[in-house]
Amino acid sequence: MSMADDTGTDSALVRFGRLLRDNPIIPLIAFLLLLIVVLEVMRPGIVMPIRAGRDGLISTFWLGNLIKFAIPLAMLAACQVLTMLTAGIDLSVGVVATVSAFVCATLSSTLGVPEAVLVSLACGLSVGLVNGFGVGIVRVHPLIMTLGTGLIATGCLQVYQRFTINSGTLIPGFLEWLGTGRTMGMPNGLYLFIPFAAFILWLMRFTGFGRLLFALGSNERAAKLSGVKSWQVLMALYALSGLIAALAGLLYLGMIRAPSLNLANPLLLPSVAAAVIGGTSIFGGRGSFAGAIVGALILRVLDTMLTLMQMPEGARTALFGLIILAVTALYVRITGTR
Amino acid sequence: MIELIRKHAWVLGLAVLLVVLLGVTKLIQPNFGAPGLESLARSALPFAFATAAMAVVVIVGGIDLSVASMMAVCAVTAAVLMERMAGVPALLIVLCVGLAMGLVNGALIVITRVPDIVVTLAMLFVWEGVALLILTSPGGATASWLRAATRGDFLIDGLPKALVIMGLCIAIVWLPIRRSKLGLSIYATGSDALAAFRSGVAVDRTRIIAYGICGLFSAMGGLSLAALTGIGEPVPGPYLMASVAAVVLGGVVLGGGKGGLLGPIIAVFILRIIRTILTVMAVDPNVTTIVEGTIMVGVVMLGTAVTLRGVRR
Amino acid sequence: MTDTPLLDATGVAKSYGAVKALTDASLTVARGEVVALMGANGAGKSTFVKILTGALKPDTGRIVIDGREARMGSPAQARRSGLVPVYQEPSLIPDLDVRDNLRLGDTPVEPFRQWVEDLGIKGIRLSDMIGDLPLATLRILDLARALAAEPDVLLLDEMTAALPTDLVERVLKVVRDRADAGMGVIYVSHRFTEISQLCDRASVLRDGRTVGDLKIEPGVEDRAVELMLGEKISLGARESAAALAARSGTPRLSVKSLAAAPKLQDVSFDLHAGEVLGVVALEGQGQDELFDVLAGFRKPTGGTIEVEGRPARFAHPSEAIAAGLTYVPGNRSEALLAQRSVRENIALPFSAHPRTWGPLKMRTERERVDYAIEKLQIDTRAQGEVQRLSGGNQQKVTIGRWLATGVETLLLFDPTRGIDVRTKRQIYPLVRELAEKGAAVLFYTSELAEVRLACDRAVVIFNGRVVDVIDAADADEPTLMRAAYGLTGREGAA
Repeated sequence: MSMADDTGTDSALVRFGRLLRDNPIIPLIAFLLLLIVVLEVMRPGIVMPIRAGRDGLISTFWLGNLIKFAIPLAMLAACQVLTMLTAGIDLSVGVVATVSAFVCATLSSTLGVPEAVLVSLACGLSVGLVNGFGVGIVRVHPLIMTLGTGLIATGCLQVYQRFTINSGTLIPGFLEWLGTGRTMGMPNGLYLFIPFAAFILWLMRFTGFGRLLFALGSNERAAKLSGVKSWQVLMALYALSGLIAALAGLLYLGMIRAPSLNLANPLLLPSVAAAVIGGTSIFGGRGSFAGAIVGALILRVLDTMLTLMQMPEGARTALFGLIILAVTALYVRITGTR
Repeated sequence: MIELIRKHAWVLGLAVLLVVLLGVTKLIQPNFGAPGLESLARSALPFAFATAAMAVVVIVGGIDLSVASMMAVCAVTAAVLMERMAGVPALLIVLCVGLAMGLVNGALIVITRVPDIVVTLAMLFVWEGVALLILTSPGGATASWLRAATRGDFLIDGLPKALVIMGLCIAIVWLPIRRSKLGLSIYATGSDALAAFRSGVAVDRTRIIAYGICGLFSAMGGLSLAALTGIGEPVPGPYLMASVAAVVLGGVVLGGGKGGLLGPIIAVFILRIIRTILTVMAVDPNVTTIVEGTIMVGVVMLGTAVTLRGVRR
Repeated sequence: MTDTPLLDATGVAKSYGAVKALTDASLTVARGEVVALMGANGAGKSTFVKILTGALKPDTGRIVIDGREARMGSPAQARRSGLVPVYQEPSLIPDLDVRDNLRLGDTPVEPFRQWVEDLGIKGIRLSDMIGDLPLATLRILDLARALAAEPDVLLLDEMTAALPTDLVERVLKVVRDRADAGMGVIYVSHRFTEISQLCDRASVLRDGRTVGDLKIEPGVEDRAVELMLGEKISLGARESAAALAARSGTPRLSVKSLAAAPKLQDVSFDLHAGEVLGVVALEGQGQDELFDVLAGFRKPTGGTIEVEGRPARFAHPSEAIAAGLTYVPGNRSEALLAQRSVRENIALPFSAHPRTWGPLKMRTERERVDYAIEKLQIDTRAQGEVQRLSGGNQQKVTIGRWLATGVETLLLFDPTRGIDVRTKRQIYPLVRELAEKGAAVLFYTSELAEVRLACDRAVVIFNGRVVDVIDAADADEPTLMRAAYGLTGREGAA
């Protein structure tokens, strides 16, 4: 099918869709601002304390909180963006983050903090490697594969918990500092997140590996034709994804300060939603981490609104599911591609 | 005759494997008998329905990740309704709810043109949310006759009621369909959607109906959950991975068109009896979960590898 | 024969977005008539067939069958209207047995059996699984199924392709008999021998428009070709290059008795540096397998490949590329990252190896990509996404990818299929230039005229074997055509 110079012949909807696709960040930020305005209308003073008679034009407390809780979500969303670029997904990130947090909290008192952190990251890496093996070499659908490893990892965590039931937990000080501390009103988590985000953005745009992620998702056969061995890429990708999830788990541990067996599991669905809202195609070949960050912020604001409206937990889950479906369906409709 | 054996070699092999595993159980625990069988059948009941549900959509060439969530919706609906009204109408309503949810899944796939796996992933969360909206925490109550229906043996010793119910429910829904034009259409669509379309099969409609059947079986699964526990539990159980694994082990090829429901159901029992054996061997139940998970992932991996080889040939 | 035609399709048009596949197609079939539907690649033949069979809804136009306006919303409706198709790819369900396949389309079993017998297929049981039967048998079963439905109009779409000759004969005879008994037949084909044997008339499509209606008589071939080609485009013959001199020493690529079951049987040739070797074959004679094997996509089942005199075996395209064999597939969508930029597409091989996964070397990349773009004169106005380029520019991108990495041995599979004449005329000199600079090029083409324009000589493959080797000087179209049909006596001349 030749798609020769077709500007001018497409409908306005298609052109608008293409604009959104090429620069998803602009409408996303606009949408975020809109949501914030709505939030302010719902509860005057929450964003702009001056309107409620308090000091300050913008509440740094509110802003700091928004960013603080968006950080672990955005990190897990990075896993989804990277895997979705290759038309995959990583449903084990919630469990991996939980495992990493739990392992770190329980080992810190006995092994020492640096060792505990290393073991935690190694756990994430190994789950990622198993995912990479299943997806890249055996070619199991990533959804099924990562779901399965998540299940196994949960089992392992439960067994592990029985061995550590006596030894107490210790949350490393620097994680607590990262998770709960603030510098000039902004969460210290940014010290970790800003370099992290810069790394992911750089990885996606300016490295050969990033190129290959896009290539695999756009057309795996073309990549193969050019000499790319996809299993190598997928192996590295899922290992990286596991590592990121483990890192996010550590940060989350410092934030929540109470390790449990499903600490980070509830972050799984929002991480997928954040990536999808941020303009990453679940069908591969297109995605942006900057978009996912805005997506994470949007979800946090949305969450606050739902809490204000006293929406039950079920409605929230259902709504997030519907958002994923609606955005994906819209994407298919607009682009006519999968 | 030989051809018949060749055609059903996989199912026969699974049946033999099941018998062998039953034998092994008996060897390890000599007093394993009718009560053991009964509890095995009872525990397998929701898995069997989940697997039947999954098998139908896999045969039509799709997959439904929302099976466990739909089961949760049906379980809480049953528990809530049966507290307030007579059991039989409540049961019918639950079956209709399941059917409707399945049809919604199918219609969304056909209308939005988004792949099955993505739509049902989203619907997994939607139905899970719906279940939580109906009941925020485990509660409600199931009709006592429903609870009794899954307990004990049927007529003779060693024939658990749960097994009879499972067989009857699945057979009543599936056998007439399997033999009808609709059944052919389901297999045709899964086998080669383009050829089916060219042969005059209404592919889209067939898909939606298959998802509807999937919803119906999920409803039965939800009812069996409610019957087993006596209450409604809004959080989806571990049925998704287990049903995919059982479907693959049961000889239904991911991608569609091949296999039936008997193989997957036998596979469910094989997977369940492994748990029984591990329990009898006094293995830590959490370790059992790991072993089970590993087996399921392994089965799916193997199934995928075999399918790919078949395609490459 | 009555005056009202059995089938009358008029003013049929269909666009895909901005692309007009059909602008004004029409076709009439009278009772008892066999009409050939002809057209070159991209003329809109397959779109027209899809519309006639109800697989696709036309934008405009009407189809009347037996005096009633037919509503062709789906294949099922087309069937009910009385038009039954048989496709090149049999539309039988592989996972069902014969009986269930018949039930699916409500085909009566007894007439089906009768037709299968008449068509000369024996030993078919109703319990046979479709997936276990050979392709030729399936085509016949599909035809028998269509005949058993007793259609008013039978549409045969390239159904004799790669069918053994005895079966082709039987098919033609049975179809002719049915036509004589009053059935209307649409015969989509590009095989003149069959058309002249079977058909009464030929309707020719060009650029989405029905351009002519020919009575089948001696000499109709020339007229049909003329109609299909439109105005004769003279591309100007290439002066015969003295590549013979290069044909000494160790060949760049030497293939001996290469086989890839089932289609590629036994192919041998030598390809030297500085040479463009054409490959000529009808559809499906094993050329796809040959290129797949050489590119590392498929493992051979026999024979050897030598690169620069050293034996080679490729388990993955990356190994073929390491040996200098780079592949441009016939289907551009196979090779392109549709949503990515021209630059990323051309630079793709640079990052293939894990060693190169780190930071991109922007400057070298830009230099090499710009070189390829300039060399090929790729129109990069729409360089944001390759899918927005024209077909010709897309094809240039796929070639440019290997230009940027440095070409040793280039495997071109029908690189000019479906692209405009202007681009074609840029590609031939480029291929020649590459060869003159020391590259070896293997060039499969479905347009026979290209052999003279781009190649030094051509191997002709028929039925998976090399049947002839023809120098460019002797490679006029009739010679090549005869050879491609296996009509030369120089079996195994390579």
